[in-house]
Amino acid sequence: MSTLLDILSSIGMWEAVLRIATPLIFGTLGVLLCERVGVLNLGIEGIMTFGAMVGWLTVYSGGDLWTGMLAAAAAGALFGLLHAMMTVPLGLSQHVTGLGITLFASSLSYYIFRLAVPTASSPPTVTPFKPLPIPGLSEIPFVGPVLFSQTPPTYLALALVALLAFGLYRTPLGLALRMTGENPHAADAQGLDPIGLRIGAIMAGSALMAMGGAFLTLAAFNSFFPTMIQGRGWICVALVVFASWRPQRALLGALLFAFFDAFQLRLQTVVDGVPYQLFLMLPYLLSILALILMARRARVPQALMQPYRRGER
Amino acid sequence: MRFERRDHPSRGLTLLAPLGAILAALLGAGVLIAIAGANPLEAYGLILKGALGSRLGFSEMLTRATPLILTGLAAAVAFRARLWNIGGEGQFYMGALAVAAFGMIPAIAGLPAPLAILLCLIAGAVAGMVLLLLPLGLRLKFGVDEVVTTLLLNFVAVLFVSLMIEGAMKDPLAFGWPQSVPVPDSAVLPKLMERTRLHAGLVIAVVMAVAVWWIQSRTVFGMRARAAGLNPRAASFAGVPLGRTLIVVACLSGGMAGLAGAIEVMGVKGYVSTDLSPSYGYSGIIIAMLANLNPLGVIAAALFSAVMFVGADSMSRALGIPSYIADVTVALSLLTMLVAIFLTQYRIRK
Amino acid sequence: MTRVLELDGITKRFGAVTANEDVSLHLDRGEIVALLGENGAGKTTLMSILFGHYTADEGTVKVEGAELPPGKSRAAIKAGVGMVHQHFALAPNLTVLDNVMTGTESLWKLRSDRRAGRKRLVELSERFGLKVDPDARVSELSVGECQRVEILKALYNDARILILDEPTAVLTAQEAEGLFATLKDMAAKGLSLIFISHKLGEVMSASDRVVVLRRGKVVAERRTSETSKEELAELMVGRAVKRPERPPATPGAVLLEAVDLSLGGRGGASLKSVNFRLHANETLGVIGVSGNGQTTLAGVVSGLHAPDGGALLVEGHEVDRFDVPHAIASGIGRIPEDRNAEGSIGDMATWENAVLERIWAPEFSRGGVVKRAAARAETQGIIDTYDVRGATVDGRIRLLSGGNMQKLILGRVLNAGPKILVAAQPSRGLDEGAIAGVHERLLEARGRGAGVLLISEDLDEVMALSDRICAIVNGRLSPAIPAEKANSQLLGLMMAGDWSAAEQIEAGTARGTADAL
Repeated sequence: MSTLLDILSSIGMWEAVLRIATPLIFGTLGVLLCERVGVLNLGIEGIMTFGAMVGWLTVYSGGDLWTGMLAAAAAGALFGLLHAMMTVPLGLSQHVTGLGITLFASSLSYYIFRLAVPTASSPPTVTPFKPLPIPGLSEIPFVGPVLFSQTPPTYLALALVALLAFGLYRTPLGLALRMTGENPHAADAQGLDPIGLRIGAIMAGSALMAMGGAFLTLAAFNSFFPTMIQGRGWICVALVVFASWRPQRALLGALLFAFFDAFQLRLQTVVDGVPYQLFLMLPYLLSILALILMARRARVPQALMQPYRRGER
Repeated sequence: MRFERRDHPSRGLTLLAPLGAILAALLGAGVLIAIAGANPLEAYGLILKGALGSRLGFSEMLTRATPLILTGLAAAVAFRARLWNIGGEGQFYMGALAVAAFGMIPAIAGLPAPLAILLCLIAGAVAGMVLLLLPLGLRLKFGVDEVVTTLLLNFVAVLFVSLMIEGAMKDPLAFGWPQSVPVPDSAVLPKLMERTRLHAGLVIAVVMAVAVWWIQSRTVFGMRARAAGLNPRAASFAGVPLGRTLIVVACLSGGMAGLAGAIEVMGVKGYVSTDLSPSYGYSGIIIAMLANLNPLGVIAAALFSAVMFVGADSMSRALGIPSYIADVTVALSLLTMLVAIFLTQYRIRK
Repeated sequence: MTRVLELDGITKRFGAVTANEDVSLHLDRGEIVALLGENGAGKTTLMSILFGHYTADEGTVKVEGAELPPGKSRAAIKAGVGMVHQHFALAPNLTVLDNVMTGTESLWKLRSDRRAGRKRLVELSERFGLKVDPDARVSELSVGECQRVEILKALYNDARILILDEPTAVLTAQEAEGLFATLKDMAAKGLSLIFISHKLGEVMSASDRVVVLRRGKVVAERRTSETSKEELAELMVGRAVKRPERPPATPGAVLLEAVDLSLGGRGGASLKSVNFRLHANETLGVIGVSGNGQTTLAGVVSGLHAPDGGALLVEGHEVDRFDVPHAIASGIGRIPEDRNAEGSIGDMATWENAVLERIWAPEFSRGGVVKRAAARAETQGIIDTYDVRGATVDGRIRLLSGGNMQKLILGRVLNAGPKILVAAQPSRGLDEGAIAGVHERLLEARGRGAGVLLISEDLDEVMALSDRICAIVNGRLSPAIPAEKANSQLLGLMMAGDWSAAEQIEAGTARGTADAL
């Protein structure tokens, strides 16, 4: 009992929550943006992998850390464009295209990584983002180190939540995007271009996913290795359902999830006799639980997975 | 520019689509090979030679194709009925684990070979089914989309395998390596070619492909499953029991993936470890799409993938191109195939 | 009068089909023009070109003298053209204000001015008498209210020309009347309107001028005051199509009986203690505004869902298993409400569509294996007997026209020789010729002794085919009145829930029957 309290009251644990949550926040916002305009993007797992690789490779070859993040975002946007071209104007199956992008992007990541680092037994490292304590705020006891001594990309992720929440609900562009995901015909009837809006949103969303991947190699860890995404992308897809497609709740979901993850990591070290695999299963099982809880309650964008072809008879 | 649906998609075009798609994928991957500083044609030549040019290569290729045929069938059967089973990987591992667990029962080990093999195959198939019936149950009961649940269960399944082979099923003679107790000799599949790894699993896989084709095209269930996938509302109006049909589809699909795992253990590895599958489950999805969900086409698509995978290994050794190029090519061919299918169904107009 | 809109020589082809051929049309300020034509005459295509959804192959559109660039809805909206779609272009999850404001501000504006938007919306809704709550979610609105939102969307965009595509398709008679009053008021306030319709009554009562479209061409133009329903009917159809007459028939034994049939459900989809009897040689018409439970009623009889309470008796035997094979085996034939969504699977072969609902029967399968030869022979028989044009046994069914699709469905149902026929909206969306054909088949079925449960929203159809008529309102079934006593006014009252007259008539009929016995 007291060990549980020790874990829960340790600054390290709570600091880790935000760190673990960051890639999930990026990814979840990315998925959310895509699905808000009506397109499922199962490319996320591969796009995150590619983002992680490109971010790392950019820095490894001498770029600075933000250039790495930017390169990842650009690469993500490109895969987003590929996904968008196939699912929006062509209206191909969003499920299969997304999976195809995941398989393609991850195998391409490994290929490029192996080309860049042909023979290395342990993956080469870069100097990752350092925590940036915010003057003043970071000195508040407990809250300071937990919230205000994070790495810069974490602050960026939090700012993006606010930006997306405001953008979707308070700006004309946000309304246009939401309408596109609810009823593209209605958007078209009001003189908007649902195809263009969808393509743009998918590219932006995919850029966010890739940044989530890059966070892993440039802030959480300092190197790239295959299979490092470990289903985080799929978890983001589940979190969006849990969040009922709302940015604020996406943040909440990511934090909640990260809390459990951080907690189980620490629990593993103190609880004896329980195989570690059971702890590792928890995140996936929790995601499934979240889906069960929200499946019927969430307000799904009405046009999700419905291709829109103008002028089709 | 506008796309107009073709009234009568031509049969020839439909048959050409996979070839066109593969050609386009090879072209794309060729650029990557060229970037790496090798001659793409030389590389492809080496791939072909590696996979088909020797008795050993050829047998390895067929060995590799065996599980791919089955996981390809798993995806094809499910997708036809619009059941998005992306959990082939997890089902594969559950099938593998079930065989290993079954083999540990002394009574099974003592049975004559044909019977032990049969029972183990069934055990593997059932284990695969169970892992797919869970997410299907969640879909039918709670409306949970099975795409994400099947994906997530892949990770759970591999962790479960890891749990078992480091715990209850750990092989004490494996020098501490996390792997299961080997299957008894009575459950090992006979070899098809001397001094190679090629085993009778290939025959089982091909028979399964034919069986699935027959079920889909000739039986009431096959027709109903297709109807349920194409238009659930109309199918239900015509009296197709949607839930029950999907359950049978799930059994078939999960069963195929589980069987793949079982056969891989019984024919090749002899034991279960967490590196048993070089993502056979995910490759199955590609193979199903390349085959345009046709069970007989799955055999051809699996052979193509196997040639790429096996050939790339030897090409990689010769030219220093990462063997991941095979994964890239096969994944790319899924995307090009989607576009190719689209072009058979639509024409482009200004 | 000022000419506000001019379409000149519009031609539009879809592949081999010419949807519009050299169509010219104009509209003056303050005028209401009806665009009359059958389904498939090219009305909607023409208006979609005007609104920039399609690009015309030839011809020009001029608004207030200025030519509109083709294929740009944005330009049409800017020029003052507003369109009210038949299938509302609304997002149910968003509020009325959201729906109205979408796309009205520059997309790059950093903040949406919702206060100004709300003010403008409220003003417009007061000025034109279109009452809606700006903050209501569209999913909570009635159909009539949704249409108001559609009109307000156009007005919010400063529309001076309003195009309404089949505006009364989903409205009750009262709502339709209200709508036309609003439209006339709008015309008086200087707006110009075109409404698309195939209903002669509303065209005669609400328009100033009628343009008749047939097979993509303008075939006539008349001042409404100088024409008649009869003339318009002939112009629209192109020939005098006569719907078949209902020959007299003596009802036989009770084939189908509902006793206090109830089914809980959300909204108007439930059934509340429904009672009726359907006899052999009889057509019982059930009329009602869509969403009042008729779909559910058809569904229960068709074996799609089981009732919560009450009983359904087929030839005196209570139905205890509500599923499709049992319904069909007990002699119930089912014509679905929606041919494309429910009645057919577009990407399956004709033969599969023809036998799927009876695939379990020994004629078409044995031991779970489909008897393909038998199924295909049956299908060829249906194609020949029912004259399903454009269908081949192995071809996909997707390409059939509505009329031929319905022939195939009628064929597969009637070939099984059903004793009871549930026909839900059997002629919805068909042109006159096809409607006549469907009616003929339904009368034939009745003639050979079947009981027909006809569920329809079309008064003319119900009055023409039924022996007795009842209305379904909010899940309850009114007393049935003999067709001879029915007129549109009485049926209107019944559909609105006023059953006093119907009750009197039924009581009178019952007494008459008792006397006769």
